[in-house]
Amino acid sequence: MSEAIAGASVTPLRLGLVGSPNSGKTTLFNALTGLRAKVGNYPGVTVERREGDATIGGRALRVIDLPGTYSLDPISPDEAVVRQVLEGQIADVATPDGLIVTVDACTLERSLVLVAQVLALGLPTCLVLTMTDELKARGGEIDHALLRDALGIPVVGVVGHRGLGLAALRALLPDPGAWERPAVPPPVDDADRNGWVVSVLDRVLVKPAARSARTEAIDRIVLHPVLGTLLFTVVMVLFFQLIFAWATPAMDAIDGGMGQLGEFVRLTLPAGFLADFLADGVIAGVGGVIIFLPQILLLFTLLYLLEDVGYMARAAFVVDRVMGRIGLEGRAFVALLSSYACAVPGIMAARTVPSPRHRLVTILVAPLMTCSARLPVYALLIGAFVPATSVMGPIGMQGLVLLGLYLLGALSALAAAAILNRTVLRGESMPFYLELPPYRVPPLRLVASQVWGAASAFLKRAGTIILATSMVLWMLLTFPQVEVPPELPAESAAAYQLERSAAGTLGRALEPFIEPLGFDWKIGVGLVASLAAREVIVSTLAQIYAASEEDEVSLREAIRTDRHTETGELVFTPATVASLLVFFVFALQCMSTLATIRRETNSWGWAAFAFGYLLVLAYGASFVTYRVVDAFA
Amino acid sequence: MSVAIPLSELPVGALAAVVAVEIDGPVGRRLRDLGFRPDAAVTCRRRAPLGDPRVYELAGSQICLRRSEASGIQVRPTQAPPTGSDNE
Repeated sequence: MSEAIAGASVTPLRLGLVGSPNSGKTTLFNALTGLRAKVGNYPGVTVERREGDATIGGRALRVIDLPGTYSLDPISPDEAVVRQVLEGQIADVATPDGLIVTVDACTLERSLVLVAQVLALGLPTCLVLTMTDELKARGGEIDHALLRDALGIPVVGVVGHRGLGLAALRALLPDPGAWERPAVPPPVDDADRNGWVVSVLDRVLVKPAARSARTEAIDRIVLHPVLGTLLFTVVMVLFFQLIFAWATPAMDAIDGGMGQLGEFVRLTLPAGFLADFLADGVIAGVGGVIIFLPQILLLFTLLYLLEDVGYMARAAFVVDRVMGRIGLEGRAFVALLSSYACAVPGIMAARTVPSPRHRLVTILVAPLMTCSARLPVYALLIGAFVPATSVMGPIGMQGLVLLGLYLLGALSALAAAAILNRTVLRGESMPFYLELPPYRVPPLRLVASQVWGAASAFLKRAGTIILATSMVLWMLLTFPQVEVPPELPAESAAAYQLERSAAGTLGRALEPFIEPLGFDWKIGVGLVASLAAREVIVSTLAQIYAASEEDEVSLREAIRTDRHTETGELVFTPATVASLLVFFVFALQCMSTLATIRRETNSWGWAAFAFGYLLVLAYGASFVTYRVVDAFA
Repeated sequence: MSVAIPLSELPVGALAAVVAVEIDGPVGRRLRDLGFRPDAAVTCRRRAPLGDPRVYELAGSQICLRRSEASGIQVRPTQAPPTGSDNE
């Protein structure tokens, strides 16, 4: 983003978008700039500063999407950003030339406080009333002309996702200098401002909005003490069941396609290092990760749907008591829930947590939530070793094991938070407030664009980090070339070479440390490679097994039948599989997450702490799991 | 004229008027910004499954507060519940 800003030749007009969470601010941002920024129904979802360009009336505009805030008196880091930008306190960020304040027409009363604070800044300001269709549907009415008179600034009614009112707004935007300015700014003092809010409301609010009948009806079930809890459980079970069951056909198709592509390369190119490199290094490595694209698409679709519809805030409400026990709050829950997709946005979402101490706790435990990068690892091991039998109707064994792993991660995160809150990071408990937004049907295009954003980030990772690791790994697995003893049978030659390669030597060196966990040197190589990113272990194993098997067999089949060369015992025993799964539940193998923790805490110390405590946890838990399962199996 | 009680003691479905927010610092300020101002009308709408937090309706929006914050807001009950509780 910064290059784009620096590279602009004409200075564009800078317009800041200010508004409370759920005020339709980001939807308006999308409508104005065509940029697909993330929009959610959960208060505080817009954490990053987002900028987008538009040309309106021949004038270049830069729209700055500021974090949602209820007030310019900040109580959290992302709210502080708003004030800093508006007052020009951030280096390299000029004060906006004009401000657009978005106000949900249904919550005008509350929003007037923010409007008063913004007007006190003295910048050219216009007010956009959003959700005017919803206000009408709920029987409310605001007199726009009177509101304009009362505030002394331009007022435009807009329905962002339908594009109503946008033409009027566009006509206004290119010339903030010409906007009407209030003769006298609203009072700053608390009591005087209350009087001002009441007097404005008296004049402009013809009829207040009634309760949303739709939201009332849905909440009667969703927030019901018994039904709501039941629904929460059902939603969570279905969530993981669907990710597993629905993605299978597409995953099988990709698996087959990648296999054929590998075959094609082998048939087309002359046998040798180049063909091996492309088929075993590039295609097997990247393909082994791309295969999980369908699951990642589904995960993000469901996550964003729940968020945009308005269920996430309800889920936070339902589980808040549990979060309170461990000293966190509903917003931390959302940060943790986002970490289900990826710890990186989850850690960034922790910026909405007002207390710095609780923010740190949330950041430190977020990597325990089962991120989508673990899914490929779980899917491989569960797919290979857990029978696809039905437990009850459509609920299968594999889905239940997956759910169990997710639960283990979540419970460990809660336990870790509780312990950190009572030990390393002791202090008073966090204040809590949470808005339950009305249920809204999100525009499908919006959900699709959010999902695409997430999927393309995943593909970018597959195309860069994973491709690079795959290529380096292939070389480590292939070189140095050694003389294979002639008396060795042909089928063991490849394995002999592999064990003596650079990667094999490293794995062997690791074996004494990981042997107590039931891991052999091949898993060791995978673990080392997975320090870059968790899912790399899958591509690594794919390469190792493609390298040590003469014919192309699917990875699942290969790890299911792999035996130790000396003892002839299965490498992946039930105890080893359980131990490896548990290791992945805990360990922080992700460069991006470490970099994000360092950025958000401004300290390598906390990143090192997170890595260290999770490694100790992972080792300990795997050790115990291996012993216990081994004793029973 | 009824006496002031903490918001956390307001029965589900009951209507009240805010008397004062007795919490200092940024939290109190934020509660006032959210609309907990003297004379503002507030209703308790729902309880979470485990009794806490609760959902309060205020100025057209639904705000969820824990007992720890709600007990710092003094309100005066204004009338009997008009529609009854939702959590029956």
